[in-house]
Amino acid sequence: MSASKLNPLQPRTPLPSQVVKDDEGSLVAAAKAGDIDAFETLVGRYERKIFRLAQNITQNKEDAEDVMQEAFLKSYQHLSEFQGNSRFYTWLVRIAVNQALMKLRKRRPNQVSLDEEVDTGEDTMPREVEDWGPSPEERYKQAELGTILSSTIAELEPPFRIVFQLRDIEELSTEETAEALGLSIPAVKSRLLRARLKLRQKLNRYFKQGENS
Amino acid sequence: MNCKSIVREISNYLEEAMEPSLKTSIEKHLENCEDCRVVVDTTRQTIQIFCNSEPAPLPEDTRVRLRDALFKHLNKLRTGPRA
Repeated sequence: MSASKLNPLQPRTPLPSQVVKDDEGSLVAAAKAGDIDAFETLVGRYERKIFRLAQNITQNKEDAEDVMQEAFLKSYQHLSEFQGNSRFYTWLVRIAVNQALMKLRKRRPNQVSLDEEVDTGEDTMPREVEDWGPSPEERYKQAELGTILSSTIAELEPPFRIVFQLRDIEELSTEETAEALGLSIPAVKSRLLRARLKLRQKLNRYFKQGENS
Repeated sequence: MNCKSIVREISNYLEEAMEPSLKTSIEKHLENCEDCRVVVDTTRQTIQIFCNSEPAPLPEDTRVRLRDALFKHLNKLRTGPRA
């Protein structure tokens, strides 16, 4: 049996006959009605992003795999509770973030407290100020750029890394990020600013003009 | 407006979440301060680079394990006792 097929079982009830391929809403509606193929399409669409999210938060491949599996399973089990007030993907991200935070806290119980005050400090004043020129990322191959970005974000402490991941990579709103992490809006904003400035500083070593050009 | 307050407002400026008068003050400062211009521009690029980055393909073994796990659990849900 092919392991790549999610579930070849015949459903007990008739399935919706048509699923519009590029329509998340239709796929979710079909999955809710019991169409496992539609759910598999959603898994295929988002598995890479959810794995990257989990890997960036947990910084551990095994944990990231577990998180991804648990997130998809939970989303399927609780699909009937999804009201459609947000995108399905945003809802899935929130589930994955909860799973990832649980893993992270289990591994590093004393280091990961998202709701405590963190020093967003005064050391955010940029130290190196050098122009990058247009499209600095084009100087690197796709895979090489991916490695640079994942190692750079890994250097951030979890409170900053996770807020940046949700706001600037997953593109959740400030309010959605605050809600997902149980933080106040000002806390999300100050951590995001700090994360952006730190990442800018760290990327400077790769992208400043004259480097790798 | 000094350089420190520009840095504090970078996120709001890039997200265009500010009063027009504050935006005008920032832009006036940026016209005359190259360092701040570079910091604002490279911060904007930082966000764009991460936001535009494509996730790497799943390693094949990871993908197979995901499908196996989902298959097993969904199968159980379908064939298990009714809740």
